[in-house]
Amino acid sequence: MLVLQILIDGFAISALYALGATGFTLIFGVSGVLNLSHGAIMVLAAVAAWAAGSVLHASTYVGALIGVATALVAAIVTYFLIVQPIQRSSKIPHEEKEIFVLTGTLLWGIMIQELIAYFFTNNAKTVLPIVEGVVSIAGVRTPSNEIFTAVVCCLVILLLWGLVNRTRTGKVVLAASMNPRGVTLLGYELTSVYVVVWSIYGVLAGIAGVLLGMFLGVSSYSVGPLTASAFSIVVLGGLGSVSGSLIAAFVVGYLETLTAYLVSPAYRTIPALLLLVAVMYVRPQGLLGRR
Amino acid sequence: MDATGSRSAGVAARAVFGATAFGLSLGLASLPGPAVAADPIKIGVIAEAQAIAGASIPQAAQMAADEINAAGGVDGRKIEIVAYDDHSSSADAVRAFQRAVNEDKVNVVIASYISEVVLALEPWASRLKTPFITPGAASNEISLAVHRDYEKNKYTFHGYLTSAALALSVCDAAKELLVDGKKMKSAVIMSEDAAWTKPLDVGYEECLPKIGLQVLDHIRFSPDTTDFTPIFNKIEASKPDVIITGISHVGVQPTVQWKNQQVPIPMLGIASQATNSTFGKDTNDAADGVLYQGVSGPDAAVTPKSLPFAEGFKQKFGNFPSYAGYPAYDEVYYIADAIKRAGSTDADKLVDALEKTDWVGTIGRVQFYGKDEQFTHSIKYGKGLITGLMLQWQDGRQISVWPKEVAKGELKFPSFIKLTTN
Repeated sequence: MLVLQILIDGFAISALYALGATGFTLIFGVSGVLNLSHGAIMVLAAVAAWAAGSVLHASTYVGALIGVATALVAAIVTYFLIVQPIQRSSKIPHEEKEIFVLTGTLLWGIMIQELIAYFFTNNAKTVLPIVEGVVSIAGVRTPSNEIFTAVVCCLVILLLWGLVNRTRTGKVVLAASMNPRGVTLLGYELTSVYVVVWSIYGVLAGIAGVLLGMFLGVSSYSVGPLTASAFSIVVLGGLGSVSGSLIAAFVVGYLETLTAYLVSPAYRTIPALLLLVAVMYVRPQGLLGRR
Repeated sequence: MDATGSRSAGVAARAVFGATAFGLSLGLASLPGPAVAADPIKIGVIAEAQAIAGASIPQAAQMAADEINAAGGVDGRKIEIVAYDDHSSSADAVRAFQRAVNEDKVNVVIASYISEVVLALEPWASRLKTPFITPGAASNEISLAVHRDYEKNKYTFHGYLTSAALALSVCDAAKELLVDGKKMKSAVIMSEDAAWTKPLDVGYEECLPKIGLQVLDHIRFSPDTTDFTPIFNKIEASKPDVIITGISHVGVQPTVQWKNQQVPIPMLGIASQATNSTFGKDTNDAADGVLYQGVSGPDAAVTPKSLPFAEGFKQKFGNFPSYAGYPAYDEVYYIADAIKRAGSTDADKLVDALEKTDWVGTIGRVQFYGKDEQFTHSIKYGKGLITGLMLQWQDGRQISVWPKEVAKGELKFPSFIKLTTN
């Protein structure tokens, strides 16, 4: 009973982590950007979906779409307003650009967080679930929404895999992650490749944010922990490796759930962080990292 | 070191005198004729502007000040509210307190609903000898500190119920509603790990068995918990009749997950976020069925002043006040009353006058425990004074269900709740 409960709960939360981290790692893989406004964009999506439902009385589907669209816009704005100017600046020495992008996106994330707190208070919000009710899986009462979350996460990740490996756009993106100069020599504008990647990222972060809002709820306080959790999953899996992130997401998700059930909910996040430190010692490139 | 210290103090003193003289001459020059208005009474209000519970504090205080001023002020002196946002941070609150006293020259400070913040401000009230009242923090330590070192800490007043009193209030309500009314026999305590819940839990552990609810388990969790699934599963496994809550920093998330997972056990206790009138919307009405303790509510005529205040507040700010709004509103009134009786804003005289407070406000009749009582300077709990209420979210509205005198409805639970009637 307990084993099954841990399996079910752990799967839903892991799938959500995986979806959140995939976009994060994709951007790093393609453009070398660690986007520290990730948590803020996820929370923004959830709050937008909540506001659409609660304030504008939109249906749950429309609300969810508005949430995802908000994240898409926010991701593109982040790229053009924060990331691109730093990358193009001639005043910032080349070797310092990464640290400038880190700082820039971090501050941008804090700005979004404060704006959300200012307009919508720092109290938690929850998005009305698309499917309500509970089903019993071998005696474990599971909210249908939890199953829905896991299914959507898996589908979206599969779609992403198809997009990257089976379509022309995807192949260009993949090529850009391997050799940006080579891609420009083939006649592709790097900026448009980056816009595509940031758009994919925006949609992924948006879906993850809205699902998180339905599953657990978010507040402006969630911004930091969400960025941190995506960051540690991606580092654990190996920077830039999508499959590494997926594996790491499940390792972290199950480790947290096991701790919450078997030790105490208060220590939920600690073992995963210890594991991260251990991996840093033994295998600094992460589980599937190349560098 | 000493020499530098006294020199800079001298410079500061000169600067202050200079500024005062300048201010005086400017003030006199701009006054039209002989009708010299008396100095305003300044009340500093430090609160959490971004939290719903905190946002009501300066709004309610301002509302009380406006009403008092419209009626002529206190002996001709107007009340001026100076508001500061502490961003839910003790450090910011301490800076605001120092600024309020040293620069803005406030006479009294009303501050915060967070116990950690209030406990950080208490020594500063002592050091700066400035009367200070909290409208919403609960930790017993606030008034225990006054009792332990009265001469030093007498400037602090606890304008809200202590955790010990809150536990009593919850138990009194649970006895009538659940034990007598629904024949319940067992409970699990679920509380967040924070300063205010430590004494609350001690109170629960003591009074729940006395009213006939056996405590089967006691779960304390970190206030940054987001996934409550394991907690609810653990609670359900011990099969209690009711979950007794002690939550304030969290609220929306456990409530929504309680509904989504259809946990068949009712929740009753302290749930500060449930006191906000926006809680229904924030949880998409998952709040329906939640029972929470309050000192007042939008439909509860605790005193003849309660409803007019709640309605007036809603008209002015668009939502009903949070739980801390009611005491904050009362505090401005009884501070004004104390200043009137003391005939002065001198800190020590004001403390003496505040100790003699006997004020019927929106939350009941306010009196403070004395020097020799355990919770010195905390508001008195009991019948005829302040007993608190038990309210329930029903169909998106907050309905008072206890005590009988003010109750507007009967208990009503969503369909997934299985009440044990054995």
